[in-house]
Amino acid sequence: METIALITSFVLILIGLYGILSQKNILKMIVGFSLFDTGLHVLIVTVGYIRGGTAPILDQVTGTSNVSDKIVDPIPQALVLTAIVIGLGVTALMLAYALKMYQEKQSLDIRDFKELKW
Amino acid sequence: MIRNFFIILIIAGLAGVFVSLFWEFGASDTLTPLATHYANNGAAEVGAPNLVTSIVVTYRGLDTLGEVTILFLVAAIISFFLKVEKKGQKMAPPRVSSEIILTASKLLVPVVLVLGIYVFVNGHLTPGGGFQGGAIIATAFVLLLMANPRFELNHRIIAAVESVSGMAFVLVGVLGILLAGGFLDNKILPLGHFGKLFSAGAIPIIYSLVGLKVGSELSNILSNFQDVQKDEL
Repeated sequence: METIALITSFVLILIGLYGILSQKNILKMIVGFSLFDTGLHVLIVTVGYIRGGTAPILDQVTGTSNVSDKIVDPIPQALVLTAIVIGLGVTALMLAYALKMYQEKQSLDIRDFKELKW
Repeated sequence: MIRNFFIILIIAGLAGVFVSLFWEFGASDTLTPLATHYANNGAAEVGAPNLVTSIVVTYRGLDTLGEVTILFLVAAIISFFLKVEKKGQKMAPPRVSSEIILTASKLLVPVVLVLGIYVFVNGHLTPGGGFQGGAIIATAFVLLLMANPRFELNHRIIAAVESVSGMAFVLVGVLGILLAGGFLDNKILPLGHFGKLFSAGAIPIIYSLVGLKVGSELSNILSNFQDVQKDEL
């Protein structure tokens, strides 16, 4: 169980990093950032996995006493909830900048933006 | 060529780090002490069946306030950044949307709105919560914008919903200092019957406010992107 999630997260992070480094189109780079982000979220949730645990929601299965033996760690899940929202904000800002850059030069190719290159 | 070589080198290096991490990793069998406390006392202290919600809204409520603030900042920066001057709107008539999406938007928008409200009102009982419900509400506006490119959100209503819910969130937190144990304490209202809709103190109120705020902020971001595109037509 945790093996599958761990492999998925590592592969997603590597694909995202490859996209960020190799792509020339700004929109494709933003897709790379999103993939990297998703991989990190899967990784953080995986770290909180407890063998044989169920979702951290109290119901008939877990009862309300001695819950700690039956559930997975809820703290990484709460952190990932925060991370997803921040990731959304960062992606929206990147898209806004990409839109402005396109309006400036009518191009989304990163090689056309040389002002800060040295 | 040398560039590609370096990219492959970096990816291979990171993959090597990951492989060694992968062999080292084993899922643990017991929770950390902090998580154990949350798991065993969460039902009695907070009264919410969804432990993730009780951590997000009550134990770590200040983080959530910061998170909402960051989202607000993003919405403000984007609306400042993509501001369109209302110069002589030279809009070409946009292409009419297809019959399928027009019918679907009429049918689905109320249903999606109700689903979003359900998700954030039940955030303390079932998986879901304010952020998820707000995102679902924003998808209803995406559907409206796709069906009718000329559709304009009423910015005044959006701004009013956003600021009122944000202020009320902080106000509920301050009430926690005055009436209960501290900032954003949920015991300003009785904890009620465990597992019922009106239980867990102030959590349903806080999550409904967060849902309204997130929904209006995301809709605001979307309509800003839409306005810029309109300008380019």
